[in-house]
Amino acid sequence: MYIRRVVIVLLGAVSGSTVTASELTEIDLLRDELSEIRQAYEARIQALEDRIESLQHAPEKSVAVTDVAIPEAAAVQEKPGDFNPSIGVVLVGTAAGFSPDNEFAVPGFMPGEEAGQGEDGFSVGESEINAKANIDDRFFGNFTLAVADEDGSTEVELEEAWFETLALPHGLKLRGGRFFSGIGYRNQFHRHADDFVDRSLPYRVFLNGQYLDDGIQARWLAPTDLFVEVGAEWLRGAKFPAGGSGHDGKGAWSLFGRAGGDIGVSHSWQAGLSWLSARAKDRDSGDGDNFDGDVDLALLDGVWKWAPSGNPYRNNFKLEGALFWQNQDGVFTPDSGGALDYDEDQWGGYLKGVYQFMPQWRAGMRYAWVDTDDPGSAFTGTSLDTLGVSPKIYTAMLDWSHSEFSRLRLQYSRDDSDVKAVDRFYLQYIMSLGAHGAHQF
Amino acid sequence: MFRCILLLGIMVATSAPAAAVVSIFACEPEWAALAQEVGRELVEATSATTAMQDPHHIQARPSLIARMRRADLVICTGAGLETGWLPLLLRRANNPQVQPGQPGYLEAASAVSLLDRPQRLDRAEGDIHAQGNPHIQMNPNNLTAVAKLLAQRLSIIDPDKARQYQTNLDGFLSRWQLAIDRWEQAAAPLKGMTLVVQHRSWVYLSHWLGLERVATIEPKPGIPPGSGDLARLVAQMERQPADAILYAAYQDDRGVTWLSEHTGIVGVELPFTVGGSEVAQDLFGLFDDTLNKLLAVAP
Repeated sequence: MYIRRVVIVLLGAVSGSTVTASELTEIDLLRDELSEIRQAYEARIQALEDRIESLQHAPEKSVAVTDVAIPEAAAVQEKPGDFNPSIGVVLVGTAAGFSPDNEFAVPGFMPGEEAGQGEDGFSVGESEINAKANIDDRFFGNFTLAVADEDGSTEVELEEAWFETLALPHGLKLRGGRFFSGIGYRNQFHRHADDFVDRSLPYRVFLNGQYLDDGIQARWLAPTDLFVEVGAEWLRGAKFPAGGSGHDGKGAWSLFGRAGGDIGVSHSWQAGLSWLSARAKDRDSGDGDNFDGDVDLALLDGVWKWAPSGNPYRNNFKLEGALFWQNQDGVFTPDSGGALDYDEDQWGGYLKGVYQFMPQWRAGMRYAWVDTDDPGSAFTGTSLDTLGVSPKIYTAMLDWSHSEFSRLRLQYSRDDSDVKAVDRFYLQYIMSLGAHGAHQF
Repeated sequence: MFRCILLLGIMVATSAPAAAVVSIFACEPEWAALAQEVGRELVEATSATTAMQDPHHIQARPSLIARMRRADLVICTGAGLETGWLPLLLRRANNPQVQPGQPGYLEAASAVSLLDRPQRLDRAEGDIHAQGNPHIQMNPNNLTAVAKLLAQRLSIIDPDKARQYQTNLDGFLSRWQLAIDRWEQAAAPLKGMTLVVQHRSWVYLSHWLGLERVATIEPKPGIPPGSGDLARLVAQMERQPADAILYAAYQDDRGVTWLSEHTGIVGVELPFTVGGSEVAQDLFGLFDDTLNKLLAVAP
């Protein structure tokens, strides 16, 4: 608008001599207008220059709290993938050599189907894909599929499918869906976050490696300096050590509590006590054995970590241990038939240490054992016959991580859990793609 | 028994005013120090990490979960620096006040423009951060921007004391701006200084003072150097020697020491954050010490 008038004025000036009186008055008006605009602009420019000057040279001048300039992000069109959850893939594979390659068995115990320590030879073990994201401002969701080879066929297993609350008051949190039970320290870790190729013997024998099930979980975090968390779960009871979804699909419950903290800047610890009570309804174990009854499990565990000045980059050490107690009370039906009343206590435990002796390199040792009452002569010839064995395994490992996302591991186990000892050698890779994994304590 | 109850009563009574103090959980020491400058006696700020710890590699320890549970405000660098542990802490701490999107959650990097944004997002480039280099605290002008944002958030969380936060902020910024002017004058001889760095921790410092990074000891961010990497650096330094090798107090100094021995270029340990050296006990000391150490080896 203004520009057009200015152009008219200029054109008028150029076309020059032949102007009428009325045109002259119009030109004067336009000139006045132009000079007004010029003055207004000059005043504004001066004001802006003054402001720049004052900001540059008068530090004492206060800046209003509300007047904060937050750089705006470049305006980019929203893409369909922008709201996709963070996706992470973990590739795990092993090459194993067992000598001799016996069928997995622990005399005197009823281990579940996944209690073994992997396949002999090459296998991709358990690779998984995980997706997680905030659902909205109140809920968070997590989904994990694990792919594993079982008896020659590749099986996809739903490992985790849960949501949890983000904004409950008073330190409360609720979770629902399928999840790793909150019992025990190690139980909540994904396998690829372990320090050894296989889970410790008591975890395998008592919890089938890892107890996961469908249900709900409530947790409460105390408002104290010391970390104190307590929780309870009510679960379907479909998975080992429960089974058969007893009590109309509400066959297991658990209670757990843990405490933790730092000692100085270099040490941190956590200790916990857990209880699991499960109904095992026609639970299969081993080769056609069957158990029907109640399972109670108590688990006391702890972990202690050390890093000089709390900086684990060059050296760090982790000591982890657990004690298990279990009672199974019910009816045992061996492969050969004939129901037997069974009510015995069993124990187990493990202790492991992992030391990072230089950047990227760690070495670890583990001792694990289980023990059971002898159920008596009625069980002779069944898998619950202890055969005089006190099962134990010694394990050593060495691993190397080029970056946070890749790890190669070498492991040797002297497996004394059966009548005849087995030497087990493993070479394993663990590779993480995509979303950055969480640094779980 | 009665005395016990009385004692308990006194404890509760005396602890009540303490609850009025805004509890601030800072991921790094520089933000704890800044929060204390802006909040003064109205806040109590603690840092999850120390200057001797690598902020990339922290675990969600129980003590940190417990501390975040009671925080009124969480201030972290953001921009992916704490990606391995902060999201997990936020989920475990069960504290709705400090979740992302709430006034009680503040990412310092959101107040400044980030440098060094990667051209190519690929883990083959190492542990890079999609939004840019997160080590923003080494330019004092960035702290000015963060301080303003922090004061704004404190005024929202603790509205009754908004005026006092404003006064604190004004006081801090006037002292801070004087210091920046002083540092900029003192640092004039550093312009154009060439550097080898352990990790790209000094992008903002270099940008501020006109320093020039000519080589990085880590072959890729987060990957320690191998002997081949170090040999290549020695060859490069023989052709074109740098003025100094910089590393932060928490970083592994073995590569630096080796390179320094084989090239004669002096290695300089800088505090990087508050608490990183004897002198760097507050934000002013951080930059005083950093500049003095650089000036001592300036060409």
